[in-house]
Amino acid sequence: MTVEANNPALLAGSGGAASFRPALEWLARRAEPVVIGLAAIVTGLALFSIFILAIGKSPLALFQIMYTGGFGSWFSIQNSLSRAAPLLLTALCVALPARLGLVIIGGEGALVLGGVAAAAIATPLTGLLPPYPTLVAMALASMVVGGVWIGAVGFLRHYRGVNETISSLLLSYIAIALMNQLVEGPLRDPASLNKPSTLPLPPEYMIGAIPGMDVHWGLVIAIIACILSYVLIEATRFGFAARMAGGNVRAAQIQGLPVGRLIVGFTAIAGSFAGLAGMLEVAAVQGSANASLAAGYGYTGILVAFLARHNPLAIIPIAILLGGLEASGGLIQRRMGLPDATVVALQGTLFIVILFCETFYGRFKVFNPDVWKGTRA
Amino acid sequence: MSETDIGLWGVPLAIIAGAIRVSTPFIFVSLGEAITERSGRINLGLEGTLVFGAMTAYAVAVLTGSPWLGVLAAMGAGAVFGLIHGFICRFPRVNDIAIGIAMMQFGLGFAFFLGKPFIQPSAPKLPSIPLGNWSSYPQVQAALNINVLFFVGFLLALFLYWAFRNTRPGLILRVVGDSTDAARAMGINPDRVRLLATALGGALAAVGGAYLSLYYPGSWNEGISSGQGLMAVALVIFARWNPINCFLAALLFGGTGALGPALQSVGVTQGYYLFYAAPYVLTLAILIATSSPHRALSGAPGELSLTK
Repeated sequence: MTVEANNPALLAGSGGAASFRPALEWLARRAEPVVIGLAAIVTGLALFSIFILAIGKSPLALFQIMYTGGFGSWFSIQNSLSRAAPLLLTALCVALPARLGLVIIGGEGALVLGGVAAAAIATPLTGLLPPYPTLVAMALASMVVGGVWIGAVGFLRHYRGVNETISSLLLSYIAIALMNQLVEGPLRDPASLNKPSTLPLPPEYMIGAIPGMDVHWGLVIAIIACILSYVLIEATRFGFAARMAGGNVRAAQIQGLPVGRLIVGFTAIAGSFAGLAGMLEVAAVQGSANASLAAGYGYTGILVAFLARHNPLAIIPIAILLGGLEASGGLIQRRMGLPDATVVALQGTLFIVILFCETFYGRFKVFNPDVWKGTRA
Repeated sequence: MSETDIGLWGVPLAIIAGAIRVSTPFIFVSLGEAITERSGRINLGLEGTLVFGAMTAYAVAVLTGSPWLGVLAAMGAGAVFGLIHGFICRFPRVNDIAIGIAMMQFGLGFAFFLGKPFIQPSAPKLPSIPLGNWSSYPQVQAALNINVLFFVGFLLALFLYWAFRNTRPGLILRVVGDSTDAARAMGINPDRVRLLATALGGALAAVGGAYLSLYYPGSWNEGISSGQGLMAVALVIFARWNPINCFLAALLFGGTGALGPALQSVGVTQGYYLFYAAPYVLTLAILIATSSPHRALSGAPGELSLTK
């Protein structure tokens, strides 16, 4: 690497350089995920370009259309942002447990049941309460249901030793079956013939758009959730204990940390975010709960969380980027005659390359803050 | 009532028929996953491999007119997917579960991408053996019209059970799965064994996919799989990494999966969607009942990240 070119010994030789060192240390620490992440994305795009060339299409044209479809106009930016809102929340459902070392991939189930719970509680309340209290009740109901759903995964993990990846996945399938049963049966709006749905939310109860934009308030709520999660992990005792338990469960237990409560607490918070995503889909997009809730936001959220390396703040730009990528699917189909699955194929390629690049962390001396302290032996 | 109406007997018959028909993909994917997990690695990406295998088999069968060439091509594609997973996971700091999730997306994406032109044309089907010709009931005949791959899966389960215990490759596989250090001390290259085990697992998972597209339901579309590839991972745990148990567990899954449609056929329509969830509920219940926070699952390979 280029360590020798930026040899800190040379900097140390000049008198004023010492004041740069803390900055350089900070930069070295922060630069590693950014540089490796960007290199991984470029590599992934290059690999996908080879594939696109092989089938006789132009990768440059494809990437240009992706940009146009995702961020090329005010309309497409708003579309991307709307898609990002549920992704932010489902990504948190993966990222928070991941800080404890748990791989939970069942956010889809919590989202779906959260949406159903919100719709179910809204039906009796819409006549009794004005919109705001109703929406709060819907949000609470969805968060409780989502929290219990994923919290159960954490509970089973800690108290029964059931693998959380598998159980969350099974619960996801069970959740979708439950949703179908409820929407087809007791909660069905008799007027919904072709697409069984719950009773539609009256228009005045729907979550509106952010002033000046065609993006619903869910985006703001989701971004606040990301910021709160960041504070929770980085700045509270609860978060510190969770990070410690994620690093080494044994050490955490010996220190007397309540690992079980941490796991259940974190998974429950994570699930409540995914549930909230379901409520937002119902109250801001669909207007009722139906099979459209299982649109795969839970699965794309997994990708977002891993790309963000489970950092809640990094989730924000990445969810918006992926929202844009997904938004461009239709345009790719129309303009280039490529299948709409192009986006999924590209996502898969990027996902693999980015996870592969995890192996490069800590391998380059430039990113080691100690090198810049001048204390290198 | 017509004379071919067999009344309530239709329910157990439909469950048995469903168990046989639905279980075949589970048999192949779970046997493949059992091989991979026995080597100490978990491939969560078999769902992607299965769907990509389904697409490859269908496309090749359409183009060549031979379903068996389709199965062969699917095996090749599945092995490549396994090799990618196995290659990436040998590097330090790479999480095999996360790579599996990525491989799933990769496989699904490319299967839908490349399979788009094959949704319309129809492919020749895999042959089945009519074992029910002795019966005059068409329902019995239909139920015992069993696909060749089911028998291949059964024999494969027996063979693997024997091979894990009695052959050199089987022993090497188990040593690598139980202790990387012991394997190294014996001069075995654990990464290479895991690479081959993952490739073999991928090839078998792809056969499961080929069954879906070339026999039952026998068409190619984006909703071809209902999570068989993912369920197989749970199924292998349930089967305690034992190939014969994998076969039996697959039958049980197929049977519970057929419960809803079977009851519906005799007029029980209450809770149809809940019956659809029966295999998942069953798996979860068994996992909860048999897991323990204090010890690894009995029969689990020691190096498996899943049970650590």
